[in-house]
Amino acid sequence: MADLKVRIWRGDAEGGAFAEYAVPARENQTILDVVTQIQREQQPDLAYRFACRVGMCGSCAMEVNGRARWTCRTHVKRVASAGETLEIRPLANLPVIRDLATDMAPFFDKWARAGGKFQPKDAPDGAVPAEFAVVPPESKKRQAADAGIECIGCGVCYASCDIVAWNKDYLGPAAMNRAWTLVNDVRDGGNKERLDAVSGDAGCHSCHSTQSCTERCPKNLDPSSAIAGLKRTIFWDSLLGRR
Amino acid sequence: MWAVQRITAAFLGLAVIVHLVTIMLAIRGGLSAAEILARTRGAELWFGFYVLFALCAGLHGAIGLRNIAGEWLGLRGRTVDALWMGVGLATAAFGIRAAWGLYHA
Repeated sequence: MADLKVRIWRGDAEGGAFAEYAVPARENQTILDVVTQIQREQQPDLAYRFACRVGMCGSCAMEVNGRARWTCRTHVKRVASAGETLEIRPLANLPVIRDLATDMAPFFDKWARAGGKFQPKDAPDGAVPAEFAVVPPESKKRQAADAGIECIGCGVCYASCDIVAWNKDYLGPAAMNRAWTLVNDVRDGGNKERLDAVSGDAGCHSCHSTQSCTERCPKNLDPSSAIAGLKRTIFWDSLLGRR
Repeated sequence: MWAVQRITAAFLGLAVIVHLVTIMLAIRGGLSAAEILARTRGAELWFGFYVLFALCAGLHGAIGLRNIAGEWLGLRGRTVDALWMGVGLATAAFGIRAAWGLYHA
């Protein structure tokens, strides 16, 4: 069986270097299969992260041949031609813990900072409202929320974003995509604080709309449009004195 | 600042076209400094147009440079913002002074 050559970045927050491995090349294998093979058979102390293996949990994202990807749903043959070496690194724009495992805390802290928590209008203390809210599925707001609701929090967009690389305070695509789904949630009452939180240099106004996030989102979501929606809402709300 | 940048951009887009087309129309058949001045003196509407043009160009340029400096050089903060505001208003002032010289003085 032919070998598949793999270069994996190994190290920690202090720094590191690539190590080379070879695994049996198979007809059907994902990047995650390759990393698992290496850890099980060759390098037991290789650190990486995964859970569901089926594209639901968002924990296995890594940078493969220069692009952030969800490794469990990325087949080797889709990213490398026969004989080509795979190069696997930890996600960019996040602190490395060890090898391929990054610290996702800054990423999720920004979700909180962007007002990513649902704030029930009828029960500000977080209690369950007495009545069910009626949200027509075909209403414009519901559809805008639907467009972004399936985020699995894998961090691929965050690692692909130039603005995050330039400004460490920038909230990033996923956090603002989440904020936009809540801005469109008619049951939510926290929009004043939320829109304040996502405006300015650390928020939506720094986005250049280069759309790497939209291009690379494994769930085919469109954070770039969500950020544009935030800009639009804040612009008109400010102009018309609604905030 | 974001809103200012977009509004000035929208105005500048139109203004630059008007500016260039006017130049092209005006210089057909040659033009001397005296002829220009004879024509521009007292044209209040054009003076107003160029005051607005200079103001927009000054602000738009300074805000753009501020963003580039923030992203590429890490120059951020209130002091830096105030500095860019100064640069923008100074640029606008030069432009307005030039327009004043052309249309009035």
